[in-house]
Amino acid sequence: MARPSLHPALVLAILAILALGCIALFMTINVRGAWDFVLGFRGRKVWGMVLVGHAIAVSTVLFQTITSNRILTPALMGFDSLYQLIQTTLVFFLGGLAFATIDPQVRFLVDAGAMVLLSTLLFRWLFSGGRSLYLLVLAGIVFGVLFRSLANLMQRLINPNDFVILQDAMFASFNAIEPTLLVVASVVIAAASALLLPLLSRLDVLALGREPAISLGVDHKRTVGMVLVVIAVMVSVSTALVGPVLFFGLLVANLAYLIMPTYRHAYILPAAVLLGIIALVGGQTVLEHVFGFNTALAIIIEFAGGLVFLFLLLRGAAR
Amino acid sequence: MSANALKLAFAALAVLALAGISLFIGVSDVSLGALLSSSPEDKPMQVLLISRVPRTLALILAGMAMSVAGLIMQMLVRNRFVEPGTAGTVESAGLGILLVTLLAPGMPLFGKMLVAAAFALAGTALFMRLLAAVPLRSVLMVPLVGIMLGGVIGAVTTFIAYRFDLLQTLGAWTLGDFSGILRGRYELLWLAAVLTLIAYVAADRFTVAGLGQDFTTNLGLNYRRVLALGLSIVAMVTAVVVVTAGSIPFLGLIVPNLVSSVMGDNMRRSIPWIAIVGAGAVLACDIVGRIIRFPYEIPIGTVFGVVGSAIFLWLLLRRRNQLG
Repeated sequence: MARPSLHPALVLAILAILALGCIALFMTINVRGAWDFVLGFRGRKVWGMVLVGHAIAVSTVLFQTITSNRILTPALMGFDSLYQLIQTTLVFFLGGLAFATIDPQVRFLVDAGAMVLLSTLLFRWLFSGGRSLYLLVLAGIVFGVLFRSLANLMQRLINPNDFVILQDAMFASFNAIEPTLLVVASVVIAAASALLLPLLSRLDVLALGREPAISLGVDHKRTVGMVLVVIAVMVSVSTALVGPVLFFGLLVANLAYLIMPTYRHAYILPAAVLLGIIALVGGQTVLEHVFGFNTALAIIIEFAGGLVFLFLLLRGAAR
Repeated sequence: MSANALKLAFAALAVLALAGISLFIGVSDVSLGALLSSSPEDKPMQVLLISRVPRTLALILAGMAMSVAGLIMQMLVRNRFVEPGTAGTVESAGLGILLVTLLAPGMPLFGKMLVAAAFALAGTALFMRLLAAVPLRSVLMVPLVGIMLGGVIGAVTTFIAYRFDLLQTLGAWTLGDFSGILRGRYELLWLAAVLTLIAYVAADRFTVAGLGQDFTTNLGLNYRRVLALGLSIVAMVTAVVVVTAGSIPFLGLIVPNLVSSVMGDNMRRSIPWIAIVGAGAVLACDIVGRIIRFPYEIPIGTVFGVVGSAIFLWLLLRRRNQLG
């Protein structure tokens, strides 16, 4: 399926042009009224989608690299459940009204901080014993059930009005991102990405599996630990920003493997990011102008990502 | 053998004691004194007969049936970490109930259950096909594939429920809760009890089938038929329990694992134990859920979600060097 004749950089350039095209289309389609308002309004949305696309694509590719498995996603480590637990806890203790009117920056910092802290702790603890990655992932899933049970417990105890507010908060929305949050999230994601840059070549070795990586001189435990922190930061920030859209990562990561004629992370990662931007911005454009807003983008992505997963499994691509 | 029977009798007595406690917990006063001092037409006796007894029976039946269903799946798939909740069975049943609620809301409960069972069977069959198609590098890959499949089916269900504003209703099936059980609302569970009995009678066949297709055929059994029987039992039991009470996470996983870590893998011997321990665990968790925030109730799915996932984590993480 891959086209070996094309240089990876050329493929990246094509993807970049496509991504820019999607953004341009999203910014300019069906504009009525003042341009400066529309560009500012839509610009913030695009900014949010670019951030989220970047975070999810990078975290999924990294996760699949360290697990040497192309059907697993960070969602399996219980991230979305943890996010829902944090949201539910806020509604539970503050009430729906207070939750809806709380300063978004404070809420964001609480969400993201709690998620980075808890997920890193969880990773660190699980990774301390030299367990197999399958065991870790399965344990992550069970932790997810634990978090979800607690969230469910609290959802049962709140009144239906609060539940509606909670439901809105738990499904991704690209229309309610605060501009101030974007700056904070951008800084955090940029810092995490910068941490990743010197690791790129080691990631290529890591993708070979644990034993080959160790025999090639990579400090496996330390590198995986650092990568996991980056993943935790990326997923936490994106989830806190727009809600759980983690199946999406499976989609873009596998598309990136399919399209790129190389396995080097220096090319795969940007390709996945660009594909993420194309899918999110393009998807939102279609959603707003074809379906007229009536379904949350996250649910459509879950649906499509699920079908892709089944397709991958049936084709035997799962390794 | 007789020592085993004696222990079994003690365990059964303990479950009966739990059932007795379950009968007398609740907002309405149903103490022995109130029962004796009032006539059978009065409130205490009516509450006991219409609400408490059905609920306690439902708890016992569901606990037994789901635990044994989990054991059958583990035998047939030859994997310790498989149960209806980690094979897409529960999620498929939920999808079936959602669709039948949308398309034929007037259908009687039995019909809904049959639709849910058909979906559960289809989902489980899909899971088995996936297992056959995917090269598995680790035993832990099997529950992972099952959970991913369940996630996909769950996403479809959520997608439909969100479109039709049924998310909160969906919560009622995905989270086990026995507080709505009344006389006339639980009798389907007797069907699950019958199926559990069939499983007990056919226990040796499942043990043999667990040894693999070639071995089974060598011993003169029809492997596909045994497989179909086992999966049908699992699907029916799951559908019945999900329709009447909602799913109880990891029940079918942890009970057989705990019992087999003591008893070994002889199904005929361990099924009674699994049934009793399952009933006891469900009763105990329901009682806890009723006491914690008295007079309000916490659904058993939540209580068991916390307890069950904690035990599952312990099962997973205690033998770190054996897996993997």
